[in-house]
Amino acid sequence: MIIELKDVNKTYFGAQPLHVLKGINLSIEEGEFVSIMGASGSGKSTLLNILGILDNYDTGEYWLAGKLIKDLTEKQAADYRNRMIGFVFQSFNLIGFKTAVENVELPLFYQGVPRRKRHTMAMEFLDRLGLKDWAGHYPNEMSGGQKQRVAIARALITNPRIILADEPTGALDSKTSEEVMALLAELNREEKVTIIVVTHESGVANCTNKIVHIKDGVIGEIEENQLHNASVLGAGSIMK
Amino acid sequence: MRIDWDSYKEITESLARNKSRTLLTGFGIFWGLFMLLFLVGGSRGLEKILANNFSGFATNSTIIFANRTTKPYRGHGERRRWDLDLKDIDRLSMMIPEMEVVTPLLSAWNQTAEYDEHSQDCYIKGIYPEYASIEEPMLKYGRYLNESDCIQERKVCVIGRRIYNTLFPDGGNPCGTFIRIGPVFYQIVGVDISSGNISINGNMSRTALVPMPVVQKLYRGGSRVDLIAMTGKKGVKMSSLDDRIRQIVAREHKFDPTDKPALGLVNTEQLFGIVDNLFLGLNILVLLIGLGTILAGAIGVSNIMMVTVKERTTEIGIRRAIGATPRQILGQIIMESVTLTLAAGSLGIVFSVLLLEGLEKITSNSEFGAAPFQIGFWTAIAAAAGLAVMGVLAGLAPAIRAMRIKPVDAMRDE
Ligand SMILES: Nc1ncnc2c1ncn2[C@@H]1O[C@H](COP(=O)(O)OP(=O)(O)OP(=O)(O)O)[C@@H](O)[C@H]1O
Ligand SMILES: [Mg+2]
Repeated sequence: MIIELKDVNKTYFGAQPLHVLKGINLSIEEGEFVSIMGASGSGKSTLLNILGILDNYDTGEYWLAGKLIKDLTEKQAADYRNRMIGFVFQSFNLIGFKTAVENVELPLFYQGVPRRKRHTMAMEFLDRLGLKDWAGHYPNEMSGGQKQRVAIARALITNPRIILADEPTGALDSKTSEEVMALLAELNREEKVTIIVVTHESGVANCTNKIVHIKDGVIGEIEENQLHNASVLGAGSIMK
Repeated sequence: MRIDWDSYKEITESLARNKSRTLLTGFGIFWGLFMLLFLVGGSRGLEKILANNFSGFATNSTIIFANRTTKPYRGHGERRRWDLDLKDIDRLSMMIPEMEVVTPLLSAWNQTAEYDEHSQDCYIKGIYPEYASIEEPMLKYGRYLNESDCIQERKVCVIGRRIYNTLFPDGGNPCGTFIRIGPVFYQIVGVDISSGNISINGNMSRTALVPMPVVQKLYRGGSRVDLIAMTGKKGVKMSSLDDRIRQIVAREHKFDPTDKPALGLVNTEQLFGIVDNLFLGLNILVLLIGLGTILAGAIGVSNIMMVTVKERTTEIGIRRAIGATPRQILGQIIMESVTLTLAAGSLGIVFSVLLLEGLEKITSNSEFGAAPFQIGFWTAIAAAAGLAVMGVLAGLAPAIRAMRIKPVDAMRDE
């Protein structure tokens, strides 16, 4: 069990307190390809941020690879994010004044990997994602799909065991979305990386092997989707 | 935190991102440092120029001269004339053992020195050889007046620079030559080119120094003298002798010792003290202005960095999300601040050094004499070290703010 959540609660204390996660119980095995679906505001991003140790939870337990994630020091948390988890975001979150290859290198910079080695590795990953020729370009010179592939390369470069993606196709057209999802599926198949994708598009969810529904802050139905026939439109297409 | 090429690149990249803002911010620091060092160097050079004016003049000396009395005393009415005379010299040196030199000066004004077809207005100052310890000569040719000149009442003179330049436009050693001053021919024995602007009874450059007895006989008659100049032995403060000098002179010339205006008394030590205080004040002012400007620059840097950090919330959040520790973020912001201050400040140092160098060049061949405007090597090093500290301090508040940015903050407000 690489991820295990036991009765996790999270409340945002804004103008008025908002109890977003109301006792989440969820287990994910190593090597799974899971999507989390739910209505807007149901707490999907909140859950994913907790899984990625980007944010804290209030009560309950979160076990990551056998370790209880609670009261970590900033340094420990940074280390987990750096080595264990790769992030892919809807808005790509690339750094605008860095070229594609520099963006991909950045996690290794914080690991203290020497410049040359970092560069070689980053170029390798860009090459694998078919972006070799775009290495020297800045994010604003690239299409959404290209940017998301750069972001995926950045997430992969530290060889993480888990990839967390929050609506990775949210800003992409249907064809590019399919490509990105195919890429994630391939990574899951070939490299056995555990991948969790948050989405509210059924077509995207249908690409994954398991669909977790979240509703009103609790886990609802969990669908097995090995045959990729959950979507009415069937496998292999994403309707926008 | 590691400081290597990578960190350096991260830093310059962020600074280069908003070039005009970085430039404007850096300018504050640049200007502050430039001002401070330039003013420090400038005031030092000015001080030296002024010191050049005093050069060669005994700093621990007293000069006295007679004025009319202002109080009636023992049957004498007020506004009585009296004169210092040669006997006062022996009296003062005998009764005040702390005296090193007590020597008179007797002038003849409105003279004209002539040689060939050249002529130059001048003063004649009658002196004894000891006078050299009051106004130190700087001989270009020949020698100073000596004992035998005085004993034998030789008609010899030491001429000042202006007289020399006018009478001998072609230069060369004039010693042995006779020049005419008034009806008298004097043989030149020396040329004194000292340039100090403080001198008694006329500037040295227009002066012909002549043995005291000669002046007495030819121009003034009697044994009265214009001034008596005195210096103390080592460790004696001349100002502490003022009262005794007054007592001795007053008793002899029969005026009230408390009648201050009757005896003119100038203490160079006090004179120099005033100048010293003036420059102390100037230096404090310079420091205040310079440091104030730098401080304003540093606050500017801090302010701009604060704005920058706010703008970079998303970027910093992304860095945190992919594994940067708060410490690394803190280090980066502080290094940005230090880099900006150091780069701009160093430019300020370089500029002020260049300008001071120029000033030094200009003054080196002016009539004031050379003055060291240039700041010292260690001053520059200290300034650079101070800059680095200031950079850290200026970066501290923004860096702490940046450190508090959480990874989730990057995901918000898209
Ligand atoms: N930092 C925050 N402070 C206060 N409330 C928040 C904060 N972040 C999210 N919320 C609220 O918590 C709820 C869940 O937010 P979350 O972002 O997890 O939803 P989501 O399922 O990802 O929705 P979407 O599909 O629109 O992205 C929403 O009502 C949101 O307004
Ligand atoms: Mg969301």
